[in-house]
Amino acid sequence: MLRFGLVAVVGALAVAGSSLAEAQTPKKGGTLNFAVVAEPPTLDCHAVTTFAFAHPALPHYSKLLKWKGDFNNLKIVGDLAKSWEQSPDGLTYTFKLHDNVKFHDGAPMTSADVKASYDRIVNPPEGVISARRALHSDIGSIETPDAHTVVFKLKKTNASMLTHFASPWNCIYRAEKLKEDPTFPTKTILGTGAFQFVEYVKGSHWTGKRFDDYFLKDRPYLDGYKAFFVKSNAVVTGMIGSQFDGEFRGRSPKERDQIMAAMKDNATLVEGPWVSNLMFTFNTKKKPFDDVRVRQALTMAVDRWAGSEALSKISMLKYVSGMLRPGYEYGLPMSELEKLPGFSKDIEKSRAEAKKLLAEAGVPNLKVKLVNRNVAEPYTPGGIFLIDQWRRIGVEVEHSQLETKLFFDAMKEGNFDVLVEFISDFADDPSAQFDKLLTNEKSSQAAANHGDKKLDELFDKQAGEIDPVKRKAIVNEFERYALTQAYSAPLLWWQRIIVHHKKIKGWEHQANHFTATDLIDVWLDE
Amino acid sequence: MADIAANDAFTEKIPKRTHPLVQFIRAQPLGFVGFLIVLLYFVLAVGAAWISPYHPEAVDFGAMLSAPSAEHLFGTDQYGRDVFSRLVYGSRTALAVGILSAIFGCTIGALVGATSGYFGGWVDNVIQRIVDIMLSFPIIVLAMVVVAVLGRNMIGGIDANLIVAIALPMVPKMARIARSSTLSIAQMPFIDAARAAGYSHARIVLRHIVPNIVAPYLIMLTAFIAQAILLEASLSFLGLGVTEPTPAWGLMLSGSSADFYQAAPWMILFPGLAITLAVFAFNLLGDSLRDWLDPKMKV
Repeated sequence: MLRFGLVAVVGALAVAGSSLAEAQTPKKGGTLNFAVVAEPPTLDCHAVTTFAFAHPALPHYSKLLKWKGDFNNLKIVGDLAKSWEQSPDGLTYTFKLHDNVKFHDGAPMTSADVKASYDRIVNPPEGVISARRALHSDIGSIETPDAHTVVFKLKKTNASMLTHFASPWNCIYRAEKLKEDPTFPTKTILGTGAFQFVEYVKGSHWTGKRFDDYFLKDRPYLDGYKAFFVKSNAVVTGMIGSQFDGEFRGRSPKERDQIMAAMKDNATLVEGPWVSNLMFTFNTKKKPFDDVRVRQALTMAVDRWAGSEALSKISMLKYVSGMLRPGYEYGLPMSELEKLPGFSKDIEKSRAEAKKLLAEAGVPNLKVKLVNRNVAEPYTPGGIFLIDQWRRIGVEVEHSQLETKLFFDAMKEGNFDVLVEFISDFADDPSAQFDKLLTNEKSSQAAANHGDKKLDELFDKQAGEIDPVKRKAIVNEFERYALTQAYSAPLLWWQRIIVHHKKIKGWEHQANHFTATDLIDVWLDE
Repeated sequence: MADIAANDAFTEKIPKRTHPLVQFIRAQPLGFVGFLIVLLYFVLAVGAAWISPYHPEAVDFGAMLSAPSAEHLFGTDQYGRDVFSRLVYGSRTALAVGILSAIFGCTIGALVGATSGYFGGWVDNVIQRIVDIMLSFPIIVLAMVVVAVLGRNMIGGIDANLIVAIALPMVPKMARIARSSTLSIAQMPFIDAARAAGYSHARIVLRHIVPNIVAPYLIMLTAFIAQAILLEASLSFLGLGVTEPTPAWGLMLSGSSADFYQAAPWMILFPGLAITLAVFAFNLLGDSLRDWLDPKMKV
């Protein structure tokens, strides 16, 4: 089971307004208007990895399990599953499903739908992208003894399995539709969630309305919701001008101050940690990024410590850490991290070494095409910072900021030298956070195109280790090796700042922007 | 001695030829002011590496949001980057994109207009209807569509597609002007003579008509440079032009500048002034050139 080991600073929680007044009796009705600062690149839950899909689309879907509570009081609870149990050997998970669940087209949801959906994740048919296939590769078979029981049998033990069953991305699709066309979720929104799909107008909005046959009879509270797709820099004016009442990814410190100053008592502010970072990934298929000296030089040039102090004042970027969230108990201790490439506090010495490595690699005047997303926060400050740091060791950078879909296309096609990437997960979990660092053979999320099997082996080893102490040792070894090889290197980890209108109640602030997006418990106090 | 005196008297009678620049200064003093400002921008663009005290992309966390001072003439932005240095380098982006797109748009427009006016008939009709359609779009909307469709195509540090996007809205305007000039030139006896001599249409258009529409071309060119600078700034402001950390005036006004303008007004004040002054100077120069070159304006 996961734990959120919060460092004191990260765990700072500021609450203004009346967000603690959750004990109020929820009111029914109203439409929640909120902003989303990017467009979904696809409509398929199993293929997608971005909040741009999660915020507008996940209210339409249900999962087996889900996360409940605020970031400092988080637990896994049932969603479609009313109960579940794990066998003593850790190899079998049995889920009992609610028996009154319907899809939005009126068809009843049964265990066959769960099996078909998980089969699609574990063994995607041709033409289907399963972004988290590697995380579910230990699922050996799925049985459905009756219409409301699903049994997952694992090939080997997996310490993160329950976390995966609570993944916000494991949407349950209708088996019959998948049989007709395995790619139908890329074209049609059909789930069992609390809200039915109404329309998606690209570049404008996404709307959902209450599903009257939702299996929890007293939910949802809202009549519907409308997600407005806006540029990130339009969120402040949109909120102040009452076009929408919140944005649930996160705002910069400056935007927080502007909204709070303008909305005063009408705003609720919540701040906390975030299982998200910015990292830069090298395309090892391209020279000279196949050379570990070049990769190490480029990570050693970055003064993360100074960047952390300064950028936290103007952006979401804040914490220095390795491949796991700062403060997470499985992460490398800071004392050890400082000995690895890119984390030295003596930046002048580090940059001198970086220049030497570039010269040894035969590229003293390196030119780099840095591909980034055109989402202002925190990608633009991250890109500007990185370009400046590399300029200090004589590296010239062409900065290409792309729309979300074009960015993911460039990533898939390997059309970059260095990619401003991210680890962004719904929970602290080594398996989830390390997924992008594996070989392409092992993970569909990996962008570095390296073939280093050692990382795959260490990944498998830690994933199967149920003993926490032994698992931690393997996780540490993985992180140490990954940071030394530097196929990807972390820049900084994020701080999550949410400001919304005080009338929004029941919204949970978790340490990520993917979970708590089903809007089932959200209501409007108006 | 008498002969010499006579010669002196003779030479005194010949009026001295005034240099065209002096004529322009006398006739169009405001235009000369515009010219000087434009010249200043060129000097800044060419000499940016020597004039700028800092690298335009250099981040200095110790100087974030510093007010104008001797160290940072126009202050710094949220990353501690020197606003003056970014403005100076930004003149390169503005002039490069402005001039290249104005030349591209004007030249295509002049050729299209000359062709349309010279051939007349159905060719003229078809071209002019296309021109009508293009003119019906607001300039910024047309440019935004082109940028969105073409994406980015960096050549030598400049986005070639951005230049096309800015140039395209200028084509129909220049085509209209070139066509009206061509209609009158096409009636001239020397065009009839060229036709009688059996010259090809291409030769007549390129060798005989186009050189005669150079004056309106130059006038429109200066006016379009101002428009192009403004358009580039607008597109960058909207996030469709050049990308960070490239120094560009419009970009300096956009994004998080809006977040910091109250705490650091210099972040938007100086880029705004730079854009205004450049547009003003090119417009002033263009208007003065038109007044000076057009004989009808001298009547």
